[in-house]
Order: sequence, then C-alpha cells, then structure tokens
Amino acid sequence: MVHNEGVALNNESIIVVQNLTKAFGDFVAVDNVTFDMKKGEIFGLLGPNGAGKSTTIRMLSTLTRPTKGTATIGGFDVVKQDNEVRKLIGIVSEKMIMYNRLTARENLWFFGNLFGMQKEELNRRIDELLELVQLTKWGKAQVGTFSSGMKQKMNIIRALLNMPQVLFLDEPTLGLDPQSTVEIREFIRKLNQEQNTTILITTHMMVEADLLCDRIGIIDHGKIVALDTSTNLKNAISGANTTIFTLEIANLTPDLLATLRALKCVETVSQENSSHIKIHAHGDDAFDSIIDAVRAKNGNVVSMQNIQPTLEDVFLHITGREVRDTADQKIPLAEHRHGFGGVSRGRRR
Amino acid sequence: MKMRGKALMSNSLRIAWKDLMELFRNRLGLVMLVLMPIFMMAMVGFIFPSNNSLNHVPVALANQDAGFGGSTVGSQVFLTVLNGINDQTGMLDISNVTNLDALKESVQRGDVQGGIVIPSNFTQCILSGQQGTLIIMTDNSNPQVSAAMQGALTAVFQQMGTMLAQQNVIALNPAINATSALAIVQPYNVEVEGVVSGHSSYFDFIAPGIMAMTVMMSVMTGLPAAISQEKEVGTLDGMMVAPINRLSIIVGKTLAQTARGLLQGVLILILASVLFGISIQGSILLVFGLLLLGVFSFVGLGVVLTSFAKDQETAMMVMMTLMFPMMFLSGVFFPVQQMPWYMQSISKVLPLTYAADALRKVMVLGAGIPQITTELAVLITFGLVMIAIAVPVFKRAMTR
Repeated sequence: MVHNEGVALNNESIIVVQNLTKAFGDFVAVDNVTFDMKKGEIFGLLGPNGAGKSTTIRMLSTLTRPTKGTATIGGFDVVKQDNEVRKLIGIVSEKMIMYNRLTARENLWFFGNLFGMQKEELNRRIDELLELVQLTKWGKAQVGTFSSGMKQKMNIIRALLNMPQVLFLDEPTLGLDPQSTVEIREFIRKLNQEQNTTILITTHMMVEADLLCDRIGIIDHGKIVALDTSTNLKNAISGANTTIFTLEIANLTPDLLATLRALKCVETVSQENSSHIKIHAHGDDAFDSIIDAVRAKNGNVVSMQNIQPTLEDVFLHITGREVRDTADQKIPLAEHRHGFGGVSRGRRR
Repeated sequence: MKMRGKALMSNSLRIAWKDLMELFRNRLGLVMLVLMPIFMMAMVGFIFPSNNSLNHVPVALANQDAGFGGSTVGSQVFLTVLNGINDQTGMLDISNVTNLDALKESVQRGDVQGGIVIPSNFTQCILSGQQGTLIIMTDNSNPQVSAAMQGALTAVFQQMGTMLAQQNVIALNPAINATSALAIVQPYNVEVEGVVSGHSSYFDFIAPGIMAMTVMMSVMTGLPAAISQEKEVGTLDGMMVAPINRLSIIVGKTLAQTARGLLQGVLILILASVLFGISIQGSILLVFGLLLLGVFSFVGLGVVLTSFAKDQETAMMVMMTLMFPMMFLSGVFFPVQQMPWYMQSISKVLPLTYAADALRKVMVLGAGIPQITTELAVLITFGLVMIAIAVPVFKRAMTR
C-alpha cells in the first residue's frame, strides 16, 4: 500500500511498518519488524528491556534513522518526509523532556512555539492541558520542584501540545508510584477514547499491556514474535494444547525441579517462590505425569491448580523465557539513543 | 525560501531565549560566570613576575671591605647611595651577613633570594684609581626572580657609577657644569616611549587576550557542552521531534553561548579598567566587532566538535585537550615571539592568536581597521572554512 498524501483515512492503517531494521555496528537492535496500526488503535509493544522497543519508537518518531526498511505515518515516510511526520506525532520518551529550571508554562510555551503554534491558540492549549492533568495551580512553578508523577504528567501533555494524531509512549509508567501509574493509564485511555488518538505504547509490564492495548506485539531480540489481541494470544496457548498448572510443593528441591524439567510433556518450569512453581505442559496425560514424578521424588504436593493463561504465560510460551528474567536490569541506551552526533558503532554497554 | 529563513531565525531565537533563561535561573552558575574572569585576570595578572612588580625582595649583604689606610670610604659611599635609592623604590629588603658562607647559607635556607658582596679590596681599588668590583649572588633555583633582581641591581649600580663619575669629572675640572659632566660620562641617553603615550603594564598585554579567549572558548566549549548535556538528559529529543530546521538548534545555542561569552567579555573589560587601570585606546565598537568575529571563526569548530561528541564527558575531554594548547600557544599569556620556531608555527594556525593580536592592537595601540586587515582576513577565512566543513558534518550526524 502506498500513500502519497497525509490524508487521515478512517479504518485505514495510519502507521505502516515494513521490514524496519536498525543495526548498531554488528548488533541488530530491531530486526525486520513489520506491522501496521489502524487509526484510533492502542497498540502495545511488549518485551523485556533491550528487546528493541525504544529503538522502534525512535525510528518511527524520526529520531533515529532506520538501517533498512520503511515506515510511514499518515502516509508520510519517516525518513524522507520527516518534518511532515513530526507534525502528526507526539512522543513521550523514557527520559523527561522538560527543562527543570523553566516553569511548567514556560516549558509548554517553548515546545508549543517550536510547533509553530500561534500565541492565543497556544495559551488556550496550555490552559486546557494543565487543567486536564490537574496541574493548573503549578503552572508558574519550576518543573525541577515537581514530583516524578507530576513530571511525567507534564511530559505527556507536552507531547499533546500539537494535538498529535499518533502518540508514542515509551514506558510511560516506569518508575512511578502505583497511584500515578493508575492515573496515567486512565489518562491514556481517555485520550484514546475522546480524541481518537492512535497510541503506540511500549512496556515490559504484562498487566499494563493487557489493560490498555487493543493489540499487542511481543518483541524479543529485535523481532516481533507474536502479534494479536490479548485474548487471541492467550487462546493460542490453549489451541497449542498447552496447559498451565501452578503447584505448591512443601519440600521443593532443585533436584525435584530438574526432574520435572526433564519430563517429556513439560515445556517450561518457573519457580515463583520457595514452594510455588508454574508449569507449562502439553498432552492429555500431563497432569498425571507431573503428579507421578513429584511423588516418585517424595514431593509433598499441597495444592495443584489448572490456571488460565496470562500474557506472562504467552511470553513464556513463545520465547521460553520469563520477561522478569531480563526486565530487572535496565540497559543503558546512551550509545544509540540519540540521532544527534556521534559516529556510533558501539553496541549497548 | 524567505519564509524558511524567517522560521529558522525565530526558532533559533526561541532556543536561545530558553538557554539564557536556564542560565539566569542557575544562581551558582551565574556567580561562577562572574567569578571566572575575575580569577583569571587576578591570577595571570599577579603570578607572572615582571621588573616593575619586584618588591621587597629579601637580599643579604656581605660587606667584606678591609678598607685602605684605615678608611672604608668606598663602601660607605656605596652603601649610603644604595640605601638612598632603595628607600625610594622599596625594591630590596637588605639584611647584613658577616661573610660569604653565611650569605650562601641564607640563600640555601630560602631566607633571602640573593646577595650583594662587597669584596675586601673595594675601597683600595677605588682609592687607587681602579674599578671597584661588586658581586651579585643569585639563587640558581629561581631563575626568573634571579634574572629580574640581577637586572634591577645592575641598573642601580650603573646609576650609582654614573653619579660617581660625574662627581669625579667635576672634581677634575670645576669649570664643567653638572649637565656637561653627565654628557661626558654618559654620552648616550635612552628614553623609552610607547607608541601610545602613558605607561603600559602586563595587564594591558593580557586583558585583550583573555577577552578574546573567554568569548571564543565559550562558543567552542559551551556549544558542545550545552548540546551533549541536553542529549544526555533527553531534552534534545523534544527539539528534534519538532518540525523545525535542525540548524536552528545549533544557531540558537550559538546565539545563547555568544551572549554569554560577550557578557563575560564585558565583565573582563570592566574589571580590567576598574581594578587594573587599563584603558581602551581604539574604538570600543571595533573591540566588540572583533569579539563577534572571533565567535564567528570558532562556531564551525564548535559545531564539528558537537557532532562528534557522544556524551558530555567525552565532549569535555576533547575540549580540555584543545583548550590548553590554544590558551598557551596563542600569545594570550606569553608573547609568541619568545617561543621556539616550531611552537610559533603552531601558534600561527590558531585563530585565537589573530583574534588576541587584533584585539591587543585595537585596545592598547589604538589601531583601526586598516592596521588589522591581516588578522581580519585570517579570522574570516578560518570561520568560513570551518563552517563549510561543519554544516555537512553536522547534518550527517543529525540524520544518523
């Protein structure tokens, strides 16, 4: 599909990504990613840190140039028509795009001006946005004095100044307290419902993806390994004849875990705490085989449950790994985060 | 095209405004902005010794004059005159020691920085119609002070010798008046006069250089530092994602840094005239014009460095590496002429050399544009060449 003009078409793809690839030296951060997004959709890129989520967003928001492949937003090419793309989008990156020594209003004024907004229009927009996140009374306070929740709200309304058709949110609730997290999520949903804003959100939080997203792309090692609605992704597990059990074993030993992993019907075994484990298994006799194996090792089964799959299980099922395994270490992206300066051949540190 | 130029300028001004707002809200940074030039001036103004700054140098005197026929008139006259001159100038703090060994020991201990020895045959020589020899002992470990002291003492002794000779001539022939006697003893008289009247100090030499350096460095180091800082914090993305010409980021930042640099330049000028008594002989407009031209010649270099600096730390390291040779080789603190030839040739390719030179000519010598055409040509050429290199490099770095 080729668009030549930035006409927003209902029910048409507003974002079309084809074979998008970004390599830093010999390290491929984003590997042949292809997907498209419908107007008004909330699309989630779910994956552990370092999977290529941020790099994908940076390429789509014209901040980093793709090594290969194309992407269009509203029909405009992100490389060749970057300034046209910029008019359509807003980005909330992981880092706060706010000057601490400027007041909230000054910050919004500065960025709004760069979008060529006229004085009255901008003033009205700033009032409106501050009101929207209940920061009106803080308008004249320097952003440096704000709490991280307030800062993130500022960060998001900054991205909304130009009334973007597409909003990119890179881990918007990272490091926020539970209350701010809930507020931000509600705000995102409201934005989508009231303004019909198309939203691309990256997260490593399964719950967040499940709560917010119409469709979810699971990304791992730079590749999109699954892409569907949350329900379909979960159903795919059942369709694949995989059953998920949680077991509570009073005398859980490493030896017992090893035995279970060695079972033919068992796909993965993950330990949740000192007595609870979760098993992905397939086949009709999986239940019996597991119980037999535990008994053979004199394991004391306190309880065993067959549970509904979560997105966590989807990820585990597809990649064989838990998101948690890798999500804890935040990989600094300084080497390539900026499309500005530096002859970077370096890989992630 | 015209529209785009206008948008570029207005966006640049917005970015400059934002940068300056941040600067003025940073109290500590502002204090440093004022203190830096003060320290710079005070430091370089006072740490380098010069003849007229030599005061109260501790010196030991060993009078070993044995006299002649029971009279030590030679050394007595010498000491009276020496003390008379010293009372006026306050140059030396003289302490008496008994002999040569005691004098050497005082120098070794660091109590004194040199010595004057009157040999035992001093009076004898003078009274028997020979030259009286005086010995100046210098501290080899401190050549700069030694040289200054040596020069000053030699001048004093010469002056004393001339006075003595003048008296002798009159004694020989009372018909000759004092003026003619001086002309006989010292037929040539030297008067030193600057191109511009009034005496000049080391401050006159360094103030223009420091001004040029501060303003130009603020662009060369301030620009990469400012951009790499925003890059690291993440705010640069906010500008990068706006539909503006990339150049307005660099132009805006340059404007802000230039304003900051000029502010410091003006501060230095005010300080230099209030605290150190220098004055501007030439046109003050030309001084500012030169400072701006200096900025222009450095912008390209600053942009190239910005394009290559990945993070703030690297940027600062590159800055430091470039800054120090430039500071010392551009004749800001030391005259280029006293360097060996190879250093002089490095100095000749540094734009700061020309900026400092031109500024010095205008400020100290009252030169106008016709007298500094070479410097102007070099600065303009250097600026244009660097910008021609910088623009494509920068654009490539931006669209990486």
